[in-house]
Amino acid sequence: MTEKERLQEQILRTSGVNPRKCMKCGKCSGTCPSYDEMEYHPHQFVSMVESGNIAPLMESESLYRCLSCFACIDRCPRNVQPAKLVEAVRLMVIRQKGKNHLKPDQIPALLDDEMPQQLLMSVLRKHSK
Amino acid sequence: MKATYFPGCTLRTKAKDLDVWARKCAEVLGITLEEPADWQCCGGVFSTASDEIASKLAAVRALKAARDASQPLVTVCSACHNVLKQTNHAMQTDAVFASRVNNYMADEAPYAGETQVLHYLELLRDTVGFDELAKKVVKPLTGKKIAPYYGCLLLRPSKVMQMDDPENPQIMEDFLRAIGAEPVFFGRRNECCGGYLSLEDATAAKKNSTLVMDSAAGNGAELMVTACPLCRYNLIKNGSGAMPVVYFTELLAEALGVKEDIAND
Repeated sequence: MTEKERLQEQILRTSGVNPRKCMKCGKCSGTCPSYDEMEYHPHQFVSMVESGNIAPLMESESLYRCLSCFACIDRCPRNVQPAKLVEAVRLMVIRQKGKNHLKPDQIPALLDDEMPQQLLMSVLRKHSK
Repeated sequence: MKATYFPGCTLRTKAKDLDVWARKCAEVLGITLEEPADWQCCGGVFSTASDEIASKLAAVRALKAARDASQPLVTVCSACHNVLKQTNHAMQTDAVFASRVNNYMADEAPYAGETQVLHYLELLRDTVGFDELAKKVVKPLTGKKIAPYYGCLLLRPSKVMQMDDPENPQIMEDFLRAIGAEPVFFGRRNECCGGYLSLEDATAAKKNSTLVMDSAAGNGAELMVTACPLCRYNLIKNGSGAMPVVYFTELLAEALGVKEDIAND
């Protein structure tokens, strides 16, 4: 098994997604609230994981733009669930030592008085291990 | 009726108005909410990864506390509700995940998803009934044009949440009618406010929250209601400022005549 195949298998196992079900309608990207800020869009996550082209996804800031809003998951007519791929690739990155996207010492400068604890909890869970 | 009540981290601090009114109104409606002694934060967001185990144990323990008390588990925060319902669903439907979770908690009785998870709005609709609720209203919000904002987490993923039609929900509209207000339909009621992205990129959150608020304002709303502390924060901080945003429990307390001032910290 090549490194590329190993990465692909890990992503498919963690996510439980079958990217071959995709019929490329683009609805996932069309409904994504972070579309404008993404380098790779939800439909590209599906096609790139399917072809095993995972290294560029692992390097991309797009991993930290998904809002976990479940819009692409709910609205996909083929039940592909692209956000599960974004989650799996992000976890593959941040589970590595020293690869946390958000570090606790960055946080104090970003706080304001009204910010709900829910926000900090969510972003730490998504972007750090 | 008795229910186990999971407040969650934010309802103890920045969102006391979501929590306090939920409890007061439950008393008025004849529902006893019992808080487990040692609950922990639900985690804020559900990870869709089936090999993400340890970060879901706090949610499973809350579900077990309700199971052991033979009660449904009621939450009022959209995010807690979403995490608890999705975790419960995973425990019911993913045997590998469930066995790994139970292995972590080998010294405790195993859990298999027995608990019924209810959002406070579901409690009002399905247990109390909106018709019965309407009869208990002493100060109806007559003539108030209110935009019900669902956001993401109350409705999606709809196969798991099973709360309402994800693209044409009615539960908040029906709630507003029961307390005498006039619900305002707006297109962005189930689109994202920008969520937790507001920590690292407030500009992007501003774009989403402004679209939501302007959509409500364009349809004639004077007030917006939500069940989510993060939605409320984003809409107030990053929205267009077109209208105030309050928790649905505050309006409920007003309608039931039990509202008084409280302070958040």
